[in-house]
Amino acid sequence: MELSGAEIVIRCLQEENVKYVFGYPGGAVLNIYDEIFKQDKFKHILVRHEQAAVHAADAYSRATGEVGVALVTSGPGATNAITGIATAHMDSIPMVVISGQAPTPAIGLDAFQEVDMIGISRPCVKHNFLVKDVKDIAPTIKKAFFIAATGRPGPVVVDIPKDITAHLGAFDYPKSVEMRSYTPILKGHSGQIKKAIKLMLDAKRPMLYTGGGVVLGDASQELIKLARRLGFPITNTLMGLGGYPATDKQFVGMPGMHGTLEANMAMQECDVLVAIGSRFDDRVIGNPQHFYNKNRTIIHVDVDPSSISKRVKVDVPIVGHVQSVLAEMNELLDAETRTPDPVALKAWWTQIEEWRSRNCLNYNRNSDIIKPQYVIEKLWEVTKGEAYVTSDVGQHQMWAAQYYKFDKPRRWINSGGLGTMGVGLPYAMGVQFADPSAKVACVTGEGSIQMNIQELSTCKQFHLPIKVILLNNRYLGMVRQWQQFFYENRYSESYMDSLPDFVKLAESYGHVGMNIEKPADVEGALTEAFNLTDRFVFMNFITDQNENVFPMVPNGKGLSEIILAEDL
Amino acid sequence: MKHIISILMENEAGALSRVAGLFSARAYNIESLTVAPTEDATLSRMTIVTSGSDEVIEQIIKQLNKLIDVVKVLDLNDGRFIERELMLVKVKATGPFRDEMKRMCDIFRGRIIDVADGSYTIELTGSGSKLDAFLEALDKAAILETVRTGASGIGRGDRILKL
Repeated sequence: MELSGAEIVIRCLQEENVKYVFGYPGGAVLNIYDEIFKQDKFKHILVRHEQAAVHAADAYSRATGEVGVALVTSGPGATNAITGIATAHMDSIPMVVISGQAPTPAIGLDAFQEVDMIGISRPCVKHNFLVKDVKDIAPTIKKAFFIAATGRPGPVVVDIPKDITAHLGAFDYPKSVEMRSYTPILKGHSGQIKKAIKLMLDAKRPMLYTGGGVVLGDASQELIKLARRLGFPITNTLMGLGGYPATDKQFVGMPGMHGTLEANMAMQECDVLVAIGSRFDDRVIGNPQHFYNKNRTIIHVDVDPSSISKRVKVDVPIVGHVQSVLAEMNELLDAETRTPDPVALKAWWTQIEEWRSRNCLNYNRNSDIIKPQYVIEKLWEVTKGEAYVTSDVGQHQMWAAQYYKFDKPRRWINSGGLGTMGVGLPYAMGVQFADPSAKVACVTGEGSIQMNIQELSTCKQFHLPIKVILLNNRYLGMVRQWQQFFYENRYSESYMDSLPDFVKLAESYGHVGMNIEKPADVEGALTEAFNLTDRFVFMNFITDQNENVFPMVPNGKGLSEIILAEDL
Repeated sequence: MKHIISILMENEAGALSRVAGLFSARAYNIESLTVAPTEDATLSRMTIVTSGSDEVIEQIIKQLNKLIDVVKVLDLNDGRFIERELMLVKVKATGPFRDEMKRMCDIFRGRIIDVADGSYTIELTGSGSKLDAFLEALDKAAILETVRTGASGIGRGDRILKL
């Protein structure tokens, strides 16, 4: 029996066990939407802007590990999706985005709602496909899911012209994929792994530095085993938070521009640095010349060979899936009787504790104005550290990362690489669909939340009990902070004026709105909000306008040139 | 340093733009780029002449390998290889130039492939530096037009880039 291209698309998604498709209809995808109407195996989530569809699919993937799926129409639907795709690409999130395209005979003729989606998306996808024949739909979608989820994951775009979705063809979903040009490496090189183990056992000042690869590679358990066996200090990058329990004593906090003193100093001063699923990002290591230390040996485990020796020259590269490499390391260590030099390790820990005793994340707890850090600390307490926390981008993002102690992977959902303002609310939607009974907090600022605020409507339609934690300081805070430090207080366009009454705005969508203006009310309000387990609550915290994110490694400086709040 | 990189890739629409896009997005140099199908019609072979430090060349190779359509990548400079490029040059062939151009063409082992009243078109094959040398040797005023294919490269002996 022959099916239409649109039916084949639907059947493919069903074969991939897709549970949610986030999307927005339009002319070029009408055939596909007609088939969605006729089926009930997966649910379609209608968003209010295509960007939010892609962000929600991205967050769904971040929370579950499954491939997120978004569906958009051609032209503006496709271009609106681009920010979402680029965001997922920078953070290596597996996703399949299906976009409609003008009918094949019209392509290249400046047809209505035509845009060269393959060309526009090319630099921000892992791969993309233009389907030119109905018989190619099933094999292409199979490949798209395979490419998205394997190796270093990433988004894949499948662009389907409208006429192809109407043509008839046989449906035969391939069982497996063989691609001579794409064979991701899984297992690490055993010789290199042995060499790494020897270096770790001989280290005097070791340091584990792990990133998003541990979270994406589901290697948290293996990492915990390795870290405990060796007793090394460990830091997780912004993308890696939750990969190792933040409440554990071996955890020294996040590294980088707004990392802790102890994490940054240990990164700089260690003699063996073990980088696992992390990529020596400029926000993590600061100035690479300053970061260079001839007395330090670097081991780097990563699934992507091009991540190795890209910004920092590595001594022992290990290309492989993080989970597999860590498991092999643990096996070797199980068979090994030696432990790292206890005297040296003790001395190293003494040094780290000295840095830690500076208490670099301290802030004024006696303020009459709500301190943003205080809100996050209370959020952590009230949710018992178990919430999924999504964030937007800016000061609030850094505070959430610093003060919410993530003990589990896939609980901290933010845009690390691209730094996309506006992700917070659609991310919270994707997470809430992934885990409907979970506590989901969206930590945001009054700048970011307004970049996708139309999604309050989606949240209403699907009864999503998200809690928005708006740290409202009436400034684009991170911009203002840089202007204060580096532009002599010239606050060029960084205020946020003419804000809506957020409580009334939330209420107009049928949500609960709260204004919180006093520190004494913070905890009670959070408790009340999270007790409203079936309601969307928009919490507008009026916070200190002048608060800055510390510690801070200024742009272009080295990790040990860190500025603490007490220095100013 | 100059490197010649050979790439075997799926002969698919858009594959060339992925490579060209990679080079521009990551600010790598391209001196020349040639591409054509191989004896296996599903594969294209591309030769890129680029330059950069060892670190940059290492990244170029890794990033090329990361492209889904790319099947194999070989840095020809890792071993012995042969480089050839084809150039067509239209030169003035009037008065004293007419004999002079014939002589220069012979010295460089080129061939005159078109003769007109006032001009010759010379075909010349060789390494990029030989073609450069030929142009250097000509009187600038005599050169009417040049077109070059960009370099193709192949490993010597049993250095073979094949599936």
